Formats: sequence, C-alpha cells, structure tokens
Amino acid sequence: MGKIMTGAQMVVEALKREGVEVIFGYPGGAIIDIYDELYKTDSIHHVLVRHEQGAAHAADGFARSTGKIGVALATSGPGATNTVTGIATAYMDSIPIVVLTGQVPTKLIGNDAFQEVDTTGITRPITKHNFLVKRVEDLPRVLKAAFYIARTGRPGPVLVDLPKDVQQAKAEFDYPEEIRLRSYNPTYEPHIKQIEKAYQLLEKAERPVLLIGGGVIASGASSEVLELAERLNLPVIMTLMGLGGFPGDHEQSLGMPGMHGTYYANMAIANCDVLLAVGARFDDRVTGRVDAFAPYAKIIHIDIDPTSIQKNVKVDVPIVGDCKRALARLLEVVKEAGKNKKYFKERFKEWWEQIDIWKRRYPLSYKYDPNVIKPQFVIEKLYELTQGNAIICTEVGQNQMWTAQFYKFKYPRTLITSGGLGTMGFGFPAAIGAQMGNPGKLVIDIAGDGSIQMNIQELATAMDQRLPIKIIILNNGYLGMVRQWQELFYERRYSAVKFATIPDFVKIAEAYGAVGLRITKPEEVEPTLKQILTIDKLVILDVIIAPEEGVFPMVPAGKATTEMILV
Amino acid sequence: MSERKCTLSVLVENTPGALARIAGLFSGRGFNIDSLCVAETLDPTLSHLTLVTRGDDQIIEQIIKQLRRLIDVYKVVDVTEEGDYVEREMALIKVRAEKENREEIFRICEIFRLKIVDVTPRTYIIEVTGDKDKLEAVIELLQPMGIKEIVRTGTIAMKREKKNI
Repeated sequence: MGKIMTGAQMVVEALKREGVEVIFGYPGGAIIDIYDELYKTDSIHHVLVRHEQGAAHAADGFARSTGKIGVALATSGPGATNTVTGIATAYMDSIPIVVLTGQVPTKLIGNDAFQEVDTTGITRPITKHNFLVKRVEDLPRVLKAAFYIARTGRPGPVLVDLPKDVQQAKAEFDYPEEIRLRSYNPTYEPHIKQIEKAYQLLEKAERPVLLIGGGVIASGASSEVLELAERLNLPVIMTLMGLGGFPGDHEQSLGMPGMHGTYYANMAIANCDVLLAVGARFDDRVTGRVDAFAPYAKIIHIDIDPTSIQKNVKVDVPIVGDCKRALARLLEVVKEAGKNKKYFKERFKEWWEQIDIWKRRYPLSYKYDPNVIKPQFVIEKLYELTQGNAIICTEVGQNQMWTAQFYKFKYPRTLITSGGLGTMGFGFPAAIGAQMGNPGKLVIDIAGDGSIQMNIQELATAMDQRLPIKIIILNNGYLGMVRQWQELFYERRYSAVKFATIPDFVKIAEAYGAVGLRITKPEEVEPTLKQILTIDKLVILDVIIAPEEGVFPMVPAGKATTEMILV
Repeated sequence: MSERKCTLSVLVENTPGALARIAGLFSGRGFNIDSLCVAETLDPTLSHLTLVTRGDDQIIEQIIKQLRRLIDVYKVVDVTEEGDYVEREMALIKVRAEKENREEIFRICEIFRLKIVDVTPRTYIIEVTGDKDKLEAVIELLQPMGIKEIVRTGTIAMKREKKNI
C-alpha cells in the first residue's frame, strides 16, 4: 500500500516519478504548501521567474527544445491568469506542458475569495484538458493523467488546479504505473490501405511536393522525412513550425511557404499535382486564400489529430496517425513497390527544372547597404558563424520572419518560435527554458525592440541561473511588422507603431549584470557576433537596423499565395 | 454544400465541466446548437447528451471530430446519418382554458392524444410528446386559445434496431 502523504507531497513526488528535474514558477498564498515541499527536495530544480507568463513560456521553451514535458507552477488568481498567454501559446503549437496552479480552499470556491478566479473555466478553451482536484484521493490519478494527456496523441498543455486544502489534506499515495482513459485513445497506427493509396498518388505524380509541419518535430519523424524525400526526389517545404524537420541547407529544401514564404515554395505548391502534407494543419498564413491553394493538387494529409484533416482544405487521402509511424509505413510501401531513386530522379526531372527556374528568378534576397545594417544580413552572418548548431528562439514579428527566412535550420528542435498564437514576448523566456534544458548548447534569442520589452523582466531570472543566452535585438525603433502593413496597406499612416521612449538596452543589460553591446554599422556585424559567441555570459546585442526594412516576399492577407509582393 | 439538421448522441464522462467543455466548443468554434438534452445513463459514470445542430457536411464532420477530441467525450454517434431513427420531444403548454374555449381544447387534446396534467379554473397545463412537427402543429392550434407559457425539452433521439449507444 502507498504511503500517507499530503497533497503537496504528492505533487512533488509525482513530478519526480515523471522524471521532472526543472520547473518554472512563482510562489503565492495558494501554492505555498507545494513550495514548502520543494524546499525540502534537492531533485527538482525550481527556477524562480519574475512573472508567471515567463514561467509558462519557459516551460514551453524547455519542452520544445528537449521533447520532454515542461512544468510551470503558479498561485491562484493573478498567478493563474498570468500563465494564460503562455498556455494559449503552447496550445496553438501543440506543446506538452503541465501547469500546476494553486486555488483557494474548496469551501471558498465560488465565493469571490481573495485571489480566486475560475482557473479551469478560463483555461478550458486553451488547454488540451484541465482538472480541478477536489479530493486529495484523486490527486495521484489526476497527476498521472495530466502528464499522460499532455504527452500523448497531439500533445498540448494540461492544467491542474489545486485548492489549498487539497494540498494540505492527507491520503494514501498510490501512483499508477500506467493509466488508461476510456474516453481518450489517440490513433497512432495509420490505416495501411490509406498509405497504399498515398503511394499510388505519389508514384503517378508529375509535380509532387512534400509539406512538413510541426507534427514532424513532435513525433520525431525528421529522419523518415529525409529518407522519403531523397528516395522519391521530392521538393520539401517546411511550415514555420516544421523548420528544422528537414535540413534547410539540403538541395531539396524550398524553405517556408505562405505569407512570408519563398517565391519558389509558393509557386511549387500552386503548381503541384500531388501535395503530401505531414503534420501540418493548413493555417491561413500558409494557405492564403484557400480556394487558390494547391488548386491542381490531390492532397494527402497525415496528421495525428483527425480535426486537422478536412478543416481548412479538402483532402483526397486522409491518414490519421503518428507522423513517424505513417512515414515509416509509407517507406515500406515505397520499398516494396521497387521503384528506385533513379526512377524518381528521372520522373521528376522536368518538375525540378521548373523549380530551379523559379529559384533563380526570385531567390530570397535583400539589398545590402554599406551604411546601415540590414537585419537579413545579421541573420545570414549568424547562420554562417553557427552553421545551424544553435537553438534559435525568436520573438514575434519581423524578427521572427527574417530568422525563418535566412537562418537555415538543419536540425529539429533548433527553432523555438510562437507560430500559431504569435506571442510577442515569448522568445526570451522560452530561451531560458531551452537553455535550462540544454545546458551546454548555444541558445540565442532573436528579438525586436518591441517584443523584448514584453518580458524583459526575465533578465533577472536568466542572471539568477547564470544562463549565457545571447539576445540579439534587431532594433528598428518600430513595431516593424505592423508598420510594414501600415506602409503597404494603410497609406503609411503609422498609427501607434513608434515608441517615444526606447530604453538603452546596453544599460539595461549592465543594470542586470549582463553584457551589453551595440552596433550600428554593417562592418561591425561579423566581428561582434563572433565576439558575443565567445562570451560565457548573458549578452544583449543591440543591433540598430534599417528602420523601414520590410519582410519580403509577402502575400497580403486573404490573397492567393501566388500574389506575392516581391521586395 | 447544403445545410442539414443533425442529431448527435454523445456519451460523456459524468464529470463537472464536461458540459461546459461541449458548450464552449460550440460557442468558441461558431457551431450552432438548436437543442441540447442531458441526462444520466444506466452507467452513473456516463451522461448522455442529445444535441441537435446543423451545418453542411464539412461542418458536421468537424463538429463530430471536435467533440471526439474532447478528453471527456466517450462516444459520438450521428443518429440522423443513416436516417433510421426515432426522435421525440416533450412540451408543457400552459393555455388559457375558460368556459368558451374548454371544449375546443378538449377536442384538440383528444385528436392529438395529449394529456392535461394540471387544471385551474382559468388554465390547463397540457403535456405533448412527439416529434417536432407534432409539437409545432399542437402549438399552432392552441395559439388562438391563448398560450400563457411553453416549456420544451429539446429533442432526444435513438437509432432503430441494434445500433443504439
């Protein structure tokens, strides 16, 4: 029989059983009992953040970069509401995190007690599932279920709300080894008939495209993607969430599609006759105007979540299952069919010639300027210096898109970015989580002067933990993406996109005990980047860039992806 | 694509919040709920929900998939899909029943086999059970008598033969 424990002890014990070594949190009255237990244990490292949003993003960054579950801890009321943006961010990108929140004692729930909010009510639409634990006896099972649900199927955030009296009450701790939920049975194994149908289409294709999304990263399917792409000679396009799922420097890579995708990726999709989408959900930023998306293509869609299929585009061969397993099955079918590499090389030769024409016509480019730093130049140099061997976090906006375009992500889990929700202020706390999960690795946050100010308080957290994160601020003095829209679609009415006060980021770095540097000239870029990569300390590099540089190509919202504005 | 009515039979875990999740799913994703009926099943850990919604085939497919995606949802069956099902709704109708119209109300009750379940000197409460068409026909006929109040249950439905859930 299990040991008698308090609820708070159960929580800490469950975290240990789940292999959790790092958690991110902020204490408060309704979670103090768990903090008291954390005080007594050495096996869980608690990272004290400066704002609960930072804790949720850090747990998220930890999860994205390691593939393990990230855990955040917050108190009731404002503690819980502060995690909401972080939870929604993880939800939109299917990231497994477990958020534990304190709650007022059960007898006060519903009384508008001090620091009470309906946390499970607020987070219901932004969690994969959530629990309010009303009896301490239920706690072991609920905790087990929380981790199980977060990690399995299409992963996602799970929140467990823990009333203070439940944390204090005692019961037997019997932690289940395994759990089965009768109402939750994700489909991993794909239907083999569907896989065969998919292969039939691919074999008969003349202009195929392989589109990969975040599901490839989540299921660890990048080696299968590479094998399939090389065997069938497929052009590979990666959504923002799929970057790194296939080597960006591979000759078959066409980069990213969609609103700020490459010309050739969008043209390839618009002209392909078979589109194999793996773990991508056809977000509007990818499809543009839906009826003009891949109009000539038969679409094969592999996804673990049935709701993703047929949601935004019509699919000809739906395949519900784990991306890795589905691709492995598909490879078996490919091998059985016996057509070799040479066959596909020959078969798609013309298609590749067409793609190469598109590539030559409009490569990703920008105008170099010797007098002012172009942001694309910074990202290019950073790629040259790191060769893809870094974990790159981004904020949201132009900084994110330039990074996605000009940094060639080679490995999965090296781009940490808020894709679905587009959360400004995500990158830096996520970098903290990523660095905690990858102590030896180089972790870089590419930021804008707007985004970095949204969670700049976490500098203190990073300094506490002695994390040598490199923050590169592409400082154009604008909320650049909105400015770009205003420039292009609102006749340059720059409404509320210029901050009257921009702090001195070098002094901010110094105030926190970090290293602060600023560059303003193109010739400083390379040597300074080299320099910061050797500093074993947190660095803020403030890069003053061309203020009105835009992100191109650009597909205006609601337009077909072939209607690109090119530089 | 044309819109159709769809009656879903949904079995959900009998946990607090399960109904809120379903209602939230419909409001959050812009789906319609025409009616909703919830009650216990023989298994006290499961609740049964009958939900009437509408949409084109793609929307209905999404609704069903989204419901199945909820962790608490055990089973979803589209009762209307194969066409062979029984559907019932009940209404209580409080109608003005005075000297001059009592006879007429009685006649209507007889024709439709309705039950009068409460009588006061000035009102009757009439119980109607049947499909939507019957309820609407009764309401239309009682309207001129002076309906004071109507309460309807919403639809419950069951597939015929063995494909019940």
